[in-house]
Amino acid sequence: MKKDAIGDPLSRVDGRLKVTGGSKYSGEYKLPNLAYAVLVPASITSGTVTAVDTKEALNAAGVIAVITPFNAPKVPGYQPDAAKPVKGLKLFNDNKVWFNGQPIALVVAETFERATYGASLVKATYDKQPFETDFHKNIDKGVTPQNGNYKDYVRGEANAYKNAPFVIEQEYMLPSEMHNPMELHVTTAIWDGDDKVALYTKSQGVKSSQRAIAAAFNLELANIQINSRFVGGAFGSSLRTWPHEIAAVQAAKMLKRPVKLTLTREQMFTLVGYRPLTIQKIGLGATADGKLTGITHESHSQTSLYEEFTENSVNVSRFLYSSPNANTLYKIVPLNVGVPAPMRGPGEATGSFALESALDELAYKLNLDPIELRLINYTDTDPERNLPWSSKYLKECYEKGAKAIGWEKRQAQPGTNKDGDWLVGYGIGCGAFGAYRSPTQAKIKLFADGSVNIQSATSDIGPGTATSMVLIAADTLGISADRVLFELGNSAFPMAPTQGGSATVSSVGSAVHDACLALKQKLYALSGKPADSTDAIDYVAVMKQNNLPSLELTQESKGGPDAQKYSMYSFSAHFAEVRVHPLTGVVKIKKIVACVDAGKIVNHKTARSQMIGGAVGGVGMAMTEEAIFDDRYGRYVNGNFADYHVPVNADIPQMEAIFIDRPDTIINPIGTKGIGEISLIGVAAALANAVYNATGKRVRDLPITPDKLI
Amino acid sequence: MNPFQYNRPTEVATAVKSLAKDPAALFLAGGTNLVDMMKMGLVVPNRIIDINNLPLKGIAKNNTGLSIGALATNSDTADHSLIKANYPLLSMAINAGASPQLRNMATMGGNLMQRTRCPYFFDTTMPCNKRSPGTGCAALEGYNRMHAIFGASDKCIAVNPSDMNVALVALDATIHVSGSKGPRIIKMADFHRLPGEYPELDNTLQKSELITAVELPATAAIFNKNVYYLKVRDRTSYAFALVSAAVALHIENNTIVDSRLAMGGMAHKPWRLTSAENFLKGKKVSEATFKEAAQIAMQGAKAYEYNKFKLKLAPNTLVQSLKMATGLAS
Repeated sequence: MKKDAIGDPLSRVDGRLKVTGGSKYSGEYKLPNLAYAVLVPASITSGTVTAVDTKEALNAAGVIAVITPFNAPKVPGYQPDAAKPVKGLKLFNDNKVWFNGQPIALVVAETFERATYGASLVKATYDKQPFETDFHKNIDKGVTPQNGNYKDYVRGEANAYKNAPFVIEQEYMLPSEMHNPMELHVTTAIWDGDDKVALYTKSQGVKSSQRAIAAAFNLELANIQINSRFVGGAFGSSLRTWPHEIAAVQAAKMLKRPVKLTLTREQMFTLVGYRPLTIQKIGLGATADGKLTGITHESHSQTSLYEEFTENSVNVSRFLYSSPNANTLYKIVPLNVGVPAPMRGPGEATGSFALESALDELAYKLNLDPIELRLINYTDTDPERNLPWSSKYLKECYEKGAKAIGWEKRQAQPGTNKDGDWLVGYGIGCGAFGAYRSPTQAKIKLFADGSVNIQSATSDIGPGTATSMVLIAADTLGISADRVLFELGNSAFPMAPTQGGSATVSSVGSAVHDACLALKQKLYALSGKPADSTDAIDYVAVMKQNNLPSLELTQESKGGPDAQKYSMYSFSAHFAEVRVHPLTGVVKIKKIVACVDAGKIVNHKTARSQMIGGAVGGVGMAMTEEAIFDDRYGRYVNGNFADYHVPVNADIPQMEAIFIDRPDTIINPIGTKGIGEISLIGVAAALANAVYNATGKRVRDLPITPDKLI
Repeated sequence: MNPFQYNRPTEVATAVKSLAKDPAALFLAGGTNLVDMMKMGLVVPNRIIDINNLPLKGIAKNNTGLSIGALATNSDTADHSLIKANYPLLSMAINAGASPQLRNMATMGGNLMQRTRCPYFFDTTMPCNKRSPGTGCAALEGYNRMHAIFGASDKCIAVNPSDMNVALVALDATIHVSGSKGPRIIKMADFHRLPGEYPELDNTLQKSELITAVELPATAAIFNKNVYYLKVRDRTSYAFALVSAAVALHIENNTIVDSRLAMGGMAHKPWRLTSAENFLKGKKVSEATFKEAAQIAMQGAKAYEYNKFKLKLAPNTLVQSLKMATGLAS
């Protein structure tokens, strides 16, 4: 019998469904009596809605209802006495407007088109209040977050860099970036009586969606069914349950019929989070031989007035390099904007752009090769927590990545390496992301024919989760992958964490692994063998001998106490080769090499795809993406797919993903550390540093558009 | 999108009559711009006159040049053997625009009618004299990175977004129209207008006129060897030009006999560079000459807060396109 093993390049188990249109996404369920809901955005940036004239909308053909702050049924979780109060914006619960584009009404109609037209007929009147959306003007109003996710940090002496013989002190700006997954956010809600509701919704975590809807409507967890079998990309924008999802459930309850609410692409710019505009100051101090004596990392990023958002933009500077002195400061600036959300490689990607750019600047100042500078300051233990790494092969990443990009062709002096008219440059950018693992359960069922069905309430937002899980199960059970079915995206399945933070394989993979081991032990017991036997199992024969139609168990898996004794991270070294035209400022990316230490790689095929996807996100961050605000109106001026530039195929060069592929079994039994985030963390700096190497122009405010290079 | 009446005439005269009757009606061809605008609520036509069944798709030689039907798609035009052979500049410019999917739908007439991509024009909550005359120009002191450096007025600083139009104005195309007062021919250079006091008017079409064809003069085919369309943009495909340059030169013995130069991303209309053309006449091909021509072309340019880079990028782009067209760069 064919066997499949961890590490094999297994094609996506749902690939055929996806390319033949057989994969049904949340917006594609055609339900009887379905009504369609469209949101009406506020056209003011701060103030209150004083009235909503819905008459014309209600008179339009096919319009069923218009929900406004003045007639919306109360959502229990929005009320002050709620058992589990819902965090964030409480849509339609009051008439306050916090940001431009905040929905002030919901039109429900017999078709999407009629609802859209109805929405255009809703007329709101407002009491406008002064507002602030200008981050740069308000940066001094930054506050230390209150949500407890961040604490200022000092090791040794704060701002020690200032006293060093060689000093870099620079500011780096990252504009707001939108997740912009291909699939729009969509929720369909179907009530069954007054206390049961089912949702088809775009979700990275069906269990967390279940908890959120239960809290909002004060319902039993078991009475809420969340389905999110396929997700067309999310990048962090579906980590939480958004107010519009609750509004869809609210509308369905009110109208006693299924309601589907789909955001427009333009609404995706205001209602489902974004990577926040961030200004970072980096101070680096070093001796003449390149030894860092001080690292200071200060970051200010924007948040909303109604909810704090924080991310780990400064943390990387505490541990990535050895320095006796390091300190970080992080403030958030509340503005009349929507709340941000984690976006792939969340704060770490932002922070790494600043730190790795500054390090490059220091390398030039010291006349050192940027890789050499990183090697001089390499640290074999975590200087922040004073713990050994569970594993760290970043040196190997430098080496292999440098070889693959052709680092030896790099000229130290900018502007000297030419290909015809084009200036040639090479750059490196590194990063790290915590290797997380959460307690997870998997249910495994073995059938008499030897096939296996495994269920866990995880999601697949694109990495190929089911495929990896099938491979882990096949390997652990010693069977062929085509005998294993893995099911996800259903809140009725056993508990799994939300898909985020690069932790799915570590968490769910471990549960699958442990469930398979538990199943094997049961079968050994049935065959009269010791539990720790390593004999191959003839599954069909054992089931037949015991006259069993099926055998089922649920196994929980979680990390042990050993985890506390180590610092656990994935590490990345990204390399870029670029051509820059001196007259037009056009940048052609020639090649990107991503070399990562992410522990054991479960599936080389999907892992490579995931690395390339992350690098494309990094290209967007570095070269093209920027959500631009007009602070006079508090509105985006490029809030659409034509004017907000996600990279296109023509922007993407040859890409190579290199894995160190050495297991880290301190974290989990398979030895994985996660690649979703580090695939992006470091890419932007690699590109910016390559552009500098080519041109001598240091772009500290992304994206690197042609106008900045002429 | 609002409810609207819809008809699909099969004859030009019927289409023209239909529009004349209904002041709030609009012609629909490929729909790549109009449908977007309807979705955004920028235009609210009470009637859509779908002209896709009119017999205006042909591309054929005639006595004076090459006639391209108004409904010929951008991709069919760019791929046409006669255009590739005689007017390669037009093929290059069309292929630099939009995406293959859009070019497959977009028509010649529709591309001529394409409206500006000024973000304030596209957002109905913001002031815009072009969309709502008299409300003001939000771009003047707003985010004007994409905006004009020539020919703007204090009413409007938007630019024409088309790549195709830049090549058409360089090649001295003519626009053939049919209206209730009969047919007429408009020079491409006179088809689009500067905003002046009436930025709501993009072009000189009269009410109820329909574009039937674009004609390229036979005389322009002499500029078919040394040509280049260079578009500088924020991403490699599917992005509007920061600036673009369409250049076509007739060169004999390394001497520029004559040239046709135009630029995009510069003004409310595709921007012909007549003085630079005159300067180049009789000059030897050299980078120094091109730089001088670019300086001449830039005389009178005026930038705003966010588009000052165009004062440097535009001449650089012109120089680079001339180098590419003449083999001084590759």
